[in-house]
Amino acid sequence: MDIPYTVTARPDTGVFNAKLGVWLFLASEVMLFGGLFAGYVFLRIGAPAWPGALHGETYAHASEVLNVPLATLNTFVLIASSVTMVMAWASLMMKNFARYRLYMGGTIALAFVFLIVKVFEYGSKFEHGLFPSESNFLAIYFTLTGLHALHVIGGIIVNTYFWGPGAKMWRTDPKRFTNRIEVAGLYWHFVDLVWIFLFPTIYLL
Amino acid sequence: MANGAKDKNTHAAPELDEAQAAHPTHDPGHGPPPEPGFWRKYVFSTDHKVIGIQYGITALLFLLIGFCLVMLMRWQLAYPGEALPLIGKLFGEANMPDGVMQPEFYNQLGAMHGTIMVFLGIVPLAVGAFGNYVVPLQIGAPDMAFPKLNMASYWVYFLGGVVMLASFFVPAGAAKAGWTSYPPLADIETMGQTMWLIGMLFLITSSLLGAVNFLTTIIQLRAPGMTFMRMPFFVWAQFVTAFLLLLAFPPLEAAAIFQLMDRLAGTSFFLPSGLVVSGEVLDVAGGGSPLLWQHLFWFLAHPEVYVLILPAMGIVAEIIANNTRKPLWGYKALVYSVIFLGFMSFIVWAHHMFITGMGTTISAFFQVTTMIISIPSVVILSALFISLWGGSIRFTTPMLFALGFLPMFGIGGLTGLPLGLAPTDIHLHDTYYVIGHFHYVVAPGTIIALFAGIYYWFPKITGRKMNDRLGKIHFWGTILFMNGIFFPMFIQGMAGVSRRLYDGGQVYQIAEPVIHYNEFMSICAWLLALAQIPFIINFFMSLKKGEKVEANVWKATTLEWSAAPSPPVAHGNFPKLPTVHRGPYEYSVPGHDRDYLPQDEAPTVAVER
Ligand code: HEM
Ligand SMILES: [Cu+2]
Repeated sequence: MDIPYTVTARPDTGVFNAKLGVWLFLASEVMLFGGLFAGYVFLRIGAPAWPGALHGETYAHASEVLNVPLATLNTFVLIASSVTMVMAWASLMMKNFARYRLYMGGTIALAFVFLIVKVFEYGSKFEHGLFPSESNFLAIYFTLTGLHALHVIGGIIVNTYFWGPGAKMWRTDPKRFTNRIEVAGLYWHFVDLVWIFLFPTIYLL
Repeated sequence: MANGAKDKNTHAAPELDEAQAAHPTHDPGHGPPPEPGFWRKYVFSTDHKVIGIQYGITALLFLLIGFCLVMLMRWQLAYPGEALPLIGKLFGEANMPDGVMQPEFYNQLGAMHGTIMVFLGIVPLAVGAFGNYVVPLQIGAPDMAFPKLNMASYWVYFLGGVVMLASFFVPAGAAKAGWTSYPPLADIETMGQTMWLIGMLFLITSSLLGAVNFLTTIIQLRAPGMTFMRMPFFVWAQFVTAFLLLLAFPPLEAAAIFQLMDRLAGTSFFLPSGLVVSGEVLDVAGGGSPLLWQHLFWFLAHPEVYVLILPAMGIVAEIIANNTRKPLWGYKALVYSVIFLGFMSFIVWAHHMFITGMGTTISAFFQVTTMIISIPSVVILSALFISLWGGSIRFTTPMLFALGFLPMFGIGGLTGLPLGLAPTDIHLHDTYYVIGHFHYVVAPGTIIALFAGIYYWFPKITGRKMNDRLGKIHFWGTILFMNGIFFPMFIQGMAGVSRRLYDGGQVYQIAEPVIHYNEFMSICAWLLALAQIPFIINFFMSLKKGEKVEANVWKATTLEWSAAPSPPVAHGNFPKLPTVHRGPYEYSVPGHDRDYLPQDEAPTVAVER
């Protein structure tokens, strides 16, 4: 017996199963990052100075330690990838599979750009001996951005699957495939949104 | 009315009237698609019923393991420093030289007992097993909303269990910082603690996947006519539980990640500056806070206690309605209470931290919320008690266990009140009183209710009933010895005996008048183990030889009994998806010749609701 509402929305709730599922999952993700941010607030309140002393020098602003221009670039990269993700879904809605491929490919490429920039950022920190163990400021920086990067990697895996092997479903069940892209998009926008919160709180405040 | 019922018989419209129910084994015509092979059918199955059974068996095994750990501890508590006869030497030179338990080993047993019981035993049994098996059936769904995800959550849980058990075999053994894993101790612990954290990450992931699945299933897959207010109370309990798991676990995940960073990357999230370990100042950046862990931990762990208790209440509610042959008293009050309780459980966590010096204002806030949250619990328990009033009670085995739950949970709940008020808690905190309190909630409370559930739904799963005589022996033995174990803990705790003492309190003078209870409690614990033997025998014997019964053996109204054969159809549960016409507990409705009206039975007269 088939499970109802996998493709079409249930009339009284107005959603199909996977869409509700991903919203619930995102609610739990909000609590995860909420917990992480709470940790940040808790430690910062207790700290005499932030970022404070690193290798004998005292810093008053996070931006003196972290690379704000690179992070700004990355912010735009992620926002752009969110746009291409929407376009990918919209292309499917307009039944244009070739355009979907293009936009989805763009989303994945932008996600890679984000990660590569991140690698450079981390690399230069390590070169200067700035490791998570140096201070709570760096610990927060690496843990939060690291977890966010893991979410980006998760998104790349999902999107690559839907770009490649998963796209076969377009031929057998286009409606369901479109739904899947919508759901993947919701996740991707969330990852983007987390960064929009992370960037100012960690780099600027 | 009477001819209304006759009328129905001649129509024979519902799929499962009495006649058909008597032959549950006859397959309903159109068979499912070709049978999958052994592996797909029993091991990597996506059928919620198989997954429920997998959860159930694994969780029961873990409960047994957790129990065995504590039976070892009870030896040390009863006879501190004496060699454990016969099996003592099996645990190796490092843990029990010449059969004498080392303090480090005692701590491993304690931490792992708590962890295993809570995260690998009770929750998987209450939610993973009962939730999985029963919820889709009770709402009239063919399966869970995401069957593959369901399979994944079982296997991730299984992996988490393997990691936890494996941690006993790493250098210096398993985690020793208690199931609460408080830093700074947990930060500087041996490798077992890292394993604990990794195991927890698996268990958290599994719970999250499960919670998403349950919520989606209940919201999306209810059968036609199954409105929210017609859902059995058990489904409501699981619904709220799933929300708690969904929203409370992630902060613990965050905390576990912080602690892993502390242990593996040398950060100081939980390590304050200038911490001295073994006479030396720890060489870390410092500036962290052990209290941060406590907040994040209890933000999960308080809702977690409702995860432990709500499914149990749901089970008890089902059984009481069925065996009093009466609607539950105050169904709506029960539903609103459980929702309110779920909401409140997120804002009481710091009542576990009254002695951390968080200040009177914050302390007052958490005292107030704690007193408020006790109200819905009392409403639920009272409604269940009142449901008994004037019922013609059938003392079946499940009903006995359900009845046992009520006063036992009552004791657990009432003894919690003094802990929720700072002036009394400051005296009682970290004493055996606390251990007594939560064990009353969870052992003679939840575990008794879970047993009730096993006896109640066994015929659903197997088509056979468990033996009543053995069931009753099991009940009386269990209830008696559980009280024997846990009641004296209150007395010891009020006398001031601390928990987590390797010698049971011997070195403290204050413990002297009450220390003799240790031996009595330990003997009760071992007798409790004996009292489980009838259950184990009953369980396996009934699988093969139990009395074969009709599909709706308890003459129940809810869909799992009235609309599905026992056991339900392999794929899709129901021969035909049911339609729901009324609330869940229409027992003894006046004017009918049967004393129950199943939810899916088509109304015969227009006025019937
Ligand atoms: C039925 C037999 C049981 C006995 C005899 C028993 C006994 C004990 C004892 C002696 C302790 C150690 C106290 C200390 O820290 O000094 C303990 C701790 C604990 N038990 Fe049980 N228990 C039983 C069942 C359960 C169950 C069913 C649960 C499920 C929730 C449970 C959860 C815990 C927890 C969470 C701790 C705290 C561990 C820690 O603080 O590290 N126990 N128990
Ligand atoms: Cu609590």
